[in-house]
Amino acid sequence: MSERRHPRLAVWKFASCDGCQLSLLDCEDELLTLASVIEIANFPEASRAVAPGPYDLSLVEGSITTEHDAERIRMVRAQSRHLVTIGACATAGGIQTLKNFADVNAFIAAVYASPQYIATLSTSTPISAHVPVDYELQGCPVNKVQLIEVISAFLAGRKPSIAAHSVCVECKQHGTVCVMVQGMPCLGPVTHAGCGAICPSFRRGCYGCYGPMETPNTTALAREWQALGAAPRDISRAFRTFYAAAEPFRKESVVHADITHDDITNGDQDDPG
Amino acid sequence: MATRTILVDYLARVEGEGALDIEVHDGRVTSARLRIFEPPRFFEAFLRGRGYAETPDLVARICGICPIAYQMSAVHAIENAFGVTVSGQLRALRRLIYCGEWIESHALHIVMLHAPDFLGFPDGIRMASEQGDAVRNGLALKKTGNALMRLMGGREIHPVNVKTGGFYRVPSRAELEPIGESLERARALAVGLVRWVSSFPFPDYERDYEFVALRHPDEYPFNEGRLVSNRGIDIDIADYETEFEERQVAHSTALHALTRRRGAYLVGPLARYALNFDRLPASVQALARGAGLPPVCKNPFQSIIVRALEIVYACEEALKLIAAYEPPECAAVTVMPRAGTGFGCTEAPRGLLWHRYEFAPDGTIERARIVPPTSQNQPSIEADLAAVASMILDQPDDVIRARCEQAIRNYDPCISCSAHFLKLSVRRT
Ligand code: SF4
Ligand code: SF4
Ligand code: SF4
Repeated sequence: MSERRHPRLAVWKFASCDGCQLSLLDCEDELLTLASVIEIANFPEASRAVAPGPYDLSLVEGSITTEHDAERIRMVRAQSRHLVTIGACATAGGIQTLKNFADVNAFIAAVYASPQYIATLSTSTPISAHVPVDYELQGCPVNKVQLIEVISAFLAGRKPSIAAHSVCVECKQHGTVCVMVQGMPCLGPVTHAGCGAICPSFRRGCYGCYGPMETPNTTALAREWQALGAAPRDISRAFRTFYAAAEPFRKESVVHADITHDDITNGDQDDPG
Repeated sequence: MATRTILVDYLARVEGEGALDIEVHDGRVTSARLRIFEPPRFFEAFLRGRGYAETPDLVARICGICPIAYQMSAVHAIENAFGVTVSGQLRALRRLIYCGEWIESHALHIVMLHAPDFLGFPDGIRMASEQGDAVRNGLALKKTGNALMRLMGGREIHPVNVKTGGFYRVPSRAELEPIGESLERARALAVGLVRWVSSFPFPDYERDYEFVALRHPDEYPFNEGRLVSNRGIDIDIADYETEFEERQVAHSTALHALTRRRGAYLVGPLARYALNFDRLPASVQALARGAGLPPVCKNPFQSIIVRALEIVYACEEALKLIAAYEPPECAAVTVMPRAGTGFGCTEAPRGLLWHRYEFAPDGTIERARIVPPTSQNQPSIEADLAAVASMILDQPDDVIRARCEQAIRNYDPCISCSAHFLKLSVRRT
């Protein structure tokens, strides 16, 4: 009997904290099973054995922040039958996009004594700004159950079944008492589901780490926040965090942007020494 | 005479992106460099202008493998600046969540990333074909650490429950009890792990490190203590900058931290253990002796044994904390922001993590400085590489390369966390 070739998986890292690929290693119960049905061909965080492409499925973590990485993602795409981005960094530029709102040279000069050694683009961009992407899994970090679902779906040649509603729906599903009615600002109404509404279950408002849902009414939510006493800068900062460059959040953050905040991040440089 | 260059273009089984260059000239190692080319992520720069309350969530994203360490150093620094003390059961719960992080991080490193080096496998998954029980036990241990993180923090990566002044919500006794049973099992697995890793073949190699770690009057250190070394440093964490400095080097996007007077130093399990052996419970000390490990171990390859011992410790400590737990009345003490500077320093699984923040009167960050463990260990890693390679120069490149990679993994380096940037002080004379 001839053995069928296992599909080949590759995991790639760009600018990121490694949390999303770590989610894969956090699948303690599924990891060895997974490894018995796929060939882990390229996963440097987990293995020294790196086999050349092509790959059936590439999981990409992290955003593009250097010229070299912009080059590298094209190489990854060329070798991958399917390319799936995992996490806020890869799907929306991640927390690194905070630099998109500032003058990057001031950023570098503020922190490096020898800026000439530092190669960085002035922006952090999602993978989809550089190459076509087959699927984007949201979250900072991604939910590992969803990650397994996405991998299985691609291996089976079907679409992943991932809900597109807001975190509020997950609160209702879990019977979690709404924190907003208790006076706490929450980004849940405009945030993509997937985490299982963790924050409200810990008695705090959602801070939007799964990014904008499909059709978010950020204006209405910002009005609610104001009614709860949130200052414009709080609203701006809330939208400008882990999904700062995702369009609906970026736009709403700009509406409430406060000048002093931008002054601080743009201009005020440390004097060396 | 011949010049030989040994390159590793992309280091595997470390968190983040790094490479290694060794130059050999006339039979001598002339340079050994760990190149970190992780793209800059500018955390210190964009923390400016953010509110103190957001800080724990923001700094968690520096590193997905030890987010609690970042959150803990940050909340301690903020509380220090605002004159807030967190004590009693809230303090105990902070130790508890730190236990979870040590267990999961150490178990991952030992079984999936480091043990394969000693046994000649490319990774933990392939090692499972011959060492099935060891790998499954390691994953079970990791799972217990993660379960503790999830219970206390909501999820294992970037937990949401850590707050300045305490937590958003504290667990009930009933919520904590079930994890006690898995911690008992985990403790037994960890004892087995100590035995397993101490049977590995260790290269005969020692170096006379300057060990640096926190030291607390009566605890094995997690969150608090003075900064001490085996060469006489004994300072308040606020004085870090008087003894240590960071330098930018051309070959790495991570800064190199050095003691101002003596140069390279070592943080992490070997340092904690050497400086705090007397703070370990008698049971863990006995286990160390049984594993043939002296109270001061200078062989970096044996750091894998110390990590396993620290898992045993973390399981015991967590069990103790849970047994003594009484839910506090409030999940957090009241925090009133004020202008000022605060310092925080905690023991991440891979070593000392130091934070300093300057705040405006409303609690907005004006300046931030974060010194992660990998920056501190980088000069020491390079010194190890030079020494380790020198001993086996007559061997083929592949052997040298494998040994050097293993020497880097002794440190469990988190490259993602070291590649963010801060203000430098460069002295030009
Ligand atoms: S999305 Fe978040 S968790 Fe994932 S890599 Fe980026 S910073 Fe880390
Ligand atoms: S707590 Fe937040 S996410 Fe949950 S229902 Fe209320 S507004 Fe929505
Ligand atoms: S911030 Fe929102 S999306 Fe993220 S874990 Fe909390 S509730 Fe879920």
